[in-house]
Amino acid sequence: MNDEPAFLASTALAILRALPVTVLLSIAGALGASLVAGVLVVAQTTRLFRPLARLWIFVFRGTPLLLQIFMVYYGIAALSPVRHGPLWPLFRDPLFCAWLALTCCCSAYIAEVLRAALAAIPTGQIEAALASGMGQMTRARRIIVPQMLRLALPSYGNELVMLIKSTSLASTITVLDVTGVAELVIAHSYRTLDVFCMAAAVYLGLTTALTALLRRIERGLEGGTQR
Amino acid sequence: MGDVLVLLGFGADGWGWALVSGAGLTLAVALAAMAIGTVLGAGLTAAQASRWRWLARSAAIYGLILRGVPELLVVLLLYFGAPGLLAGIAGLFGLPAPGSPPAFLTGSLAIGLVSAAYQAEVFRGGLLAMPRGQVEAAIAAGMGPFTRFRRVIAPQVLHRVLPPLGNIWQFNLKDSALVSITGLAELMRVSLVAAGSTRRPFLFFAAAMVLYLVLTSASSVLLRRLERRGTRWAGGR
Repeated sequence: MNDEPAFLASTALAILRALPVTVLLSIAGALGASLVAGVLVVAQTTRLFRPLARLWIFVFRGTPLLLQIFMVYYGIAALSPVRHGPLWPLFRDPLFCAWLALTCCCSAYIAEVLRAALAAIPTGQIEAALASGMGQMTRARRIIVPQMLRLALPSYGNELVMLIKSTSLASTITVLDVTGVAELVIAHSYRTLDVFCMAAAVYLGLTTALTALLRRIERGLEGGTQR
Repeated sequence: MGDVLVLLGFGADGWGWALVSGAGLTLAVALAAMAIGTVLGAGLTAAQASRWRWLARSAAIYGLILRGVPELLVVLLLYFGAPGLLAGIAGLFGLPAPGSPPAFLTGSLAIGLVSAAYQAEVFRGGLLAMPRGQVEAAIAAGMGPFTRFRRVIAPQVLHRVLPPLGNIWQFNLKDSALVSITGLAELMRVSLVAAGSTRRPFLFFAAAMVLYLVLTSASSVLLRRLERRGTRWAGGR
């Protein structure tokens, strides 16, 4: 086994080269999911859109992400209005499909986190804001949103960690992210344990870094309330 | 519209039975994973409370790793790695390589290993919420470890850990879809095969979604009922 260090080095390099795909998918997914989750939370406060938002959350939280990814990439892409319509260039791209499924799925989980945070804000606060004559926008900007963010942050962080881990499912529809490249290397080399451990270390690094960052932010926000 | 009914029906050309039995297998994988996770998770919680530093430390590290790594990687690692591992163990005893273990076993073990890491956190939280004096009082009253668990710890901890355990169950149910990559004919795999051979992916993935929704919402109804009973049982104070 003379080529051992060379194999490990080239594998590590290949996996690290795939890191931008995983990071990009995570960031784009987090942005998309948070945005949609915000819309879902607001939609749930209106009578007209509430059932729609509840249905969205029910479906995306109740089915596996893997199935959702296949639904977008193979199912929706096979429908003829999509296949022969203007959206085809998007749905042809596995990275876009993975992002879309990830966004829809995680938005449902994040919406539940935000809704719980919203429910945890004492009603007295909102009544006080009303009594002091704040308009709807001012109330949201100065009373509701800041408290909601602080209350939601720990659970929101958990959802982001889940999201990073979930990006690995993109590899099942040919996206060459960290997991995809690891599988490729294994298919060529028939070595599983060391390659998978390297990929696992990358994800562990990402999730640990995010957790540490979130804890620091949390502590910073706590300092804000003590004053 | 007629062909949809035939394709999803229970006739000779229908995939109805295959989908329903796939859902049954999904349920079985999730149940096995939950059981493995409960046993291992309880062990991890006990290890973390242990007096031996190294044991507590390793249990904590196990949790950190398994909660920080994608479930898909764990499933893949066990699926690809198990034959080699088994051959290695068999080789130690001078036996021939036994080949790959059954997909059901590796699949539910993979999901169970992850589930254990999350369940250990839940059990730990439940124990931490119980006043220390209670256990000390039970010891002082001369209760053995089994009686102590049954009469002091369980009634106070169980109703508290039930809701988070329900959440983990729902995750197990959905994570079991990952086992489809091992070729086990659970719901995800059946819908993939059906989609491929009939060229109707939308139809079959939609059918699978409906079946998953049936599984998850049925279990959330059951869990809520169980929780209500749990609170009543713990309550009365």
